[in-house]
Amino acid sequence: MRILQPGITLIEDSGRFGYQAFGMATAGACDPYAYRLGNVLVGNRGGEASLEFTLMGPTIEFEEVVTFALTGGDFTPTLNDLPVPLWHSCKAVPGDTLALGGVVSGRIGYLAVAGGIDVPVVMGSRSTYLRGRIGGLDGRALRKGDILPVGTGGAGTPGRQLDDAYMPLYPTEITATVVLGPQDDWFTEHGIAAFLGNAYEVTNSSDRMGYRLQGETIQHVKGTDIISDGIPLGAVQVTGDDQPIIMLADHQTTGGYTKIATVVTPDITKVAQASLGSLIRFKAVSVREANEEYRRYEERMRQVCWHLEE
Amino acid sequence: MYSEPRFLPAGDQALVMELGDAIEEPCSMVIRSLVESISREQVPGIRETIPSYRSILIIYDPMVSGFDEMVHTLASLFSRLDVHAAAKGDILVVPVLYGGEAGPDLPFVAEHAGMSEEDVIALHASRDYLIYMLGFTPGFTYLGGMDERIATPRLERPRERIPAGSVGIAGKQTGIYPIDSPGGWRLIGLTPIRLYDPHRDPPILPSVGGYIRFRRIEEREFSAIAGQVERGEYQPEVIRQGGAA
Repeated sequence: MRILQPGITLIEDSGRFGYQAFGMATAGACDPYAYRLGNVLVGNRGGEASLEFTLMGPTIEFEEVVTFALTGGDFTPTLNDLPVPLWHSCKAVPGDTLALGGVVSGRIGYLAVAGGIDVPVVMGSRSTYLRGRIGGLDGRALRKGDILPVGTGGAGTPGRQLDDAYMPLYPTEITATVVLGPQDDWFTEHGIAAFLGNAYEVTNSSDRMGYRLQGETIQHVKGTDIISDGIPLGAVQVTGDDQPIIMLADHQTTGGYTKIATVVTPDITKVAQASLGSLIRFKAVSVREANEEYRRYEERMRQVCWHLEE
Repeated sequence: MYSEPRFLPAGDQALVMELGDAIEEPCSMVIRSLVESISREQVPGIRETIPSYRSILIIYDPMVSGFDEMVHTLASLFSRLDVHAAAKGDILVVPVLYGGEAGPDLPFVAEHAGMSEEDVIALHASRDYLIYMLGFTPGFTYLGGMDERIATPRLERPRERIPAGSVGIAGKQTGIYPIDSPGGWRLIGLTPIRLYDPHRDPPILPSVGGYIRFRRIEEREFSAIAGQVERGEYQPEVIRQGGAA
């Protein structure tokens, strides 16, 4: 595949695991749901690298026969000037041009191809981690003229289509489920009530490391600085200005700000797709409920796969 | 250090096992032993651990076990822990060319401390620094135990690009920049070795619970080591401390 226009595009897979104790962020797809389903649609086994584009999509000329699928946000894609459906696997032949524009719904999109994007594996993953300058193509975003090798994974499965029931909508007001903690005891009762009772707006200081939100102040009991500790995906840090940041794929492994709560795994996709100005509300559940919900989510993912593979 | 660990939820697939509320060496030793025993016993469901100053973030697979089961397993592991049997962490020797272009802030650090540059170097290279934590960037070490006489405030305006291998001082901390990055530390030297090299096995040399010892080198040795590193022939100098185990 040849990149005619790069958009804002990275090569990502499911992430680089096993090195967080050494300060290495996992990187990987920011919206795991859309990323995973892309691979299922084209008939991949899972974990293959895809293109991830944010706000502005790329334009690509195919140099080979490829089965591809577009998932996630809507970048009004066309193949040779004809509209292409999302969440649908299609076939392209050499010379076909896939053109994506600016995002009109959601924030992040994926292009999955049968066989995956075949760049070298670095520390167990093909994911681009910009800050560590590794993965993808020399650890950088795509540029005009880049040529991406496609893995030889068979012919793929064109013609698969996701059932409407599994197709996410990307509304501009969402509720993210959280588990309070680990440092919820650093906040006043008033602070916790503010966090759970108000909508927070996604600001433009948002990227793959985290989305910075703005809204009602979240009051601390004493300071905001803890002795630095590990940060999980989805952690909601509250910094010195009493405003929350939700930590996403490229988040640092450790940090010294208080973490009031953690967004649960199934809701990471919603947060990742929240566009500038979207409103996020938080709803707390117990950790047991969250564990149960995680199991139901994985079960649902399995059902989607069966349904597509039928 | 607490007598019993605290377990704090960190979402649906992680928890914090907190062992104390201060930065102290004994707590770090317990953390290192715990991480080792989690890895040795291959506790089912644990995907990854991130040790830090006084706690461990445990990332688990809720399909295998939930929060309550994890807490039960980890508490039992803690009760069986024999910290004294654990070997002391290895010492990673980091050769450093101090001062000059390699350490442009050495004169400032010396002036601030009211001593000669030679004395700053002697104090900096005189002890083994415990690696409490890695974070910030791949391979960045948070070290404890620097001599407070050479503590120096950060730069008021951070530099836009600090070369990988720079050794610096910020307040009471010392550390090494593993990759080119912006930063406000006072730079006193440069190491030719790569703490982080994604294409090497292991990619990252320091690990939590180990130690770093700075060894002063001169330009000739710097060039020699830099050449070995470039050719992929450099063998890191590691001193094993053994232990009762």
